[in-house]
Amino acid sequence: MDRLDRQLINHLQDGFPLEARPFLKVAEELNQAGFEPGVEVTEQQVMDRVQTLLDEGYLSRFGPMFQAERMGGGLTLAAMKVTPEDYERVTEQVNAFPEVAHNYQREHELNMWFVLATETPEGVEETIKKMEEITGYHVFNMPKQEEFYVGLRFEL
Amino acid sequence: MSDCVLNSSDSVKGVPHEGARDECARDECAQQEYLLTPLDRALVVATQEGLPVTARPYQTVGEQLGISEDEVIFRLENMKDQGVIRRIAVVPNHYKIGFRANGMTVWDIADEHIQALGKMVGELPYVSHCYQRPRHLPYWSYNLFAMVHGTERSQVEERAEQVKQMLGDACRGNEILYSSKILKKTGLRIASGSK
Repeated sequence: MDRLDRQLINHLQDGFPLEARPFLKVAEELNQAGFEPGVEVTEQQVMDRVQTLLDEGYLSRFGPMFQAERMGGGLTLAAMKVTPEDYERVTEQVNAFPEVAHNYQREHELNMWFVLATETPEGVEETIKKMEEITGYHVFNMPKQEEFYVGLRFEL
Repeated sequence: MSDCVLNSSDSVKGVPHEGARDECARDECAQQEYLLTPLDRALVVATQEGLPVTARPYQTVGEQLGISEDEVIFRLENMKDQGVIRRIAVVPNHYKIGFRANGMTVWDIADEHIQALGKMVGELPYVSHCYQRPRHLPYWSYNLFAMVHGTERSQVEERAEQVKQMLGDACRGNEILYSSKILKKTGLRIASGSK
């Protein structure tokens, strides 16, 4: 990554223009900010850089960030306390639910943490109940009650 | 965590659900959900994996759906206004850019202080997600969750210490949970097409 890549990542984390030629706009914004004295960034360069950063895995997403709860579904964070001898089996059983979007092993007594996204708000409870039946373990449901902040800027 | 995409199926077009947010008394949470039109839905499906890197990405998306560039821009703008889209932007892969450590810090905060303190913690530059969640006593006493990022664990720990100082006596306990393995990561996806 060079200076332009870092500038681009910093710049585009804040937002990508919603207009006909957004990459041109980004190039203009970078040039206006005086990205480098005497150097003009072009639309094509911005596009090439974004594509390369995506291809090389420096960017994990480029596009709209949706907010699931605003669209009528259910969303929650849930955790389980699973013994080592059952961990593999329970992992398979939990992951088999299409409602499980992410699942992480964490270093804690509660050692399995996953995000559930369901079609309806009631779907959360239903899925948890099914999961408890299948795995034989209690599922701790930790839906968000208040959102204080979401988003992160990595300054490069 | 919830910055990623969606839940699935046609029910997103369904009736706004009343009472689903009983636990959340604040006005913004009481807002009704936005009902996606079929075209909105098609746009969500077309863009949830990302925008195409073309000179006119919104035109490219429009061509896939048989609508104009203007219509795409208008619809996306509207979904932004409605809060269905948080923003259009890039998300760096934090592992790849050097932020290899992230810890889920959890805090037991006196209820009467959680609003003010949750907001304060959320404003810290190294916190990516900050939520109030329910306790499950006696197993789980933490009601504030904040994802803290750093280049290494020692930095995450230093930052958690800063948070602790900031919270003062209102904080009755805290822990950092590191992830040791990703067991599944498909992201949230809205189903394409109708059933």
